[in-house]
Amino acid sequence: MIAHAVVFYIFSFIAIVSAIMVTASRNTVHSVFFLILDFISISCLFIMIGAEFLGMIMLIVYVGAVAVLFLFVVMMLNVAQQKNEWFVASDSSSHIPIGLLVSLVIFSELLIIVGGWKYKAELQDSININLNFNLTNTQSLGNVIYTDYVHLFQLSGMVLLVAMIGAIVLTFRKRSGVKTQSYLRQISRERNEGVELIDVETKKGVKIDA
Amino acid sequence: MLSIGLGHYLTLAAIIFTIGVVGIFLNRKNVIVILMSIELILLSVNINLVSFSIFINDLSGQVFTLFILTVAAAEAAIGLAIIVIYYRNSGTIRVEEIDSLKG
Repeated sequence: MIAHAVVFYIFSFIAIVSAIMVTASRNTVHSVFFLILDFISISCLFIMIGAEFLGMIMLIVYVGAVAVLFLFVVMMLNVAQQKNEWFVASDSSSHIPIGLLVSLVIFSELLIIVGGWKYKAELQDSININLNFNLTNTQSLGNVIYTDYVHLFQLSGMVLLVAMIGAIVLTFRKRSGVKTQSYLRQISRERNEGVELIDVETKKGVKIDA
Repeated sequence: MLSIGLGHYLTLAAIIFTIGVVGIFLNRKNVIVILMSIELILLSVNINLVSFSIFINDLSGQVFTLFILTVAAAEAAIGLAIIVIYYRNSGTIRVEEIDSLKG
């Protein structure tokens, strides 16, 4: 029990500190690195609490794909040198105290809800899918996803497909002046467009104009 | 203090959520950092769902977390694509200089 508590406090401390550093870091590349650290520590918490599949998926999807995507965009846009300064006294700094106030109110409201609300005991007896501790987490998730939630699962695949098409369409750019192959023109070429037969008179030659 | 319950995980999620909101409110320089703050907020929601799922013994929360992961990945891809074309068109992604809707 004590080991559980110690590991929880260590990972949550790392998560909170790296979350602060994501927003406060002056360099955007450092922000992405701290985002990766945040995801890794949260996925360690997930694995520790018993949701191994989600922890591993979090590692694969976020650290392997999303964070690398962020790094790639930061590198491509060359904004790493633009300083990411907040709390900077500029002409538009009047929103900072109001933003801090609103964030403080949000945080205290969340804490009031977390600390002051007692969960109904009968809440568990409603329609729920009980955790079966004889199966692994991955197996029980698979039992549910491919039966009860199969339509939603396929719809989430469609969401990913639409996002992929949208990202391609948004960033696609037709460049002018680039030599490309046109298969249609190549295979629809006729003989009389390409070859011309000329009767050449003897000892006079022929003048070919372009 | 030493027995970790639901409240600990919910408090952690609340702290990370608030940090994400602060990052959106106070960041005035870079749009990519705002997208990263949105990722932090989605992560804290995932912490909430997973910890509720474990502590009230119901698997549905983990299924929802899986769907939220999907939507978050799609959102990150679309948002970064929008940032790329905005940078290509206007040459900057600093929040202070994006004011063409200001009138």
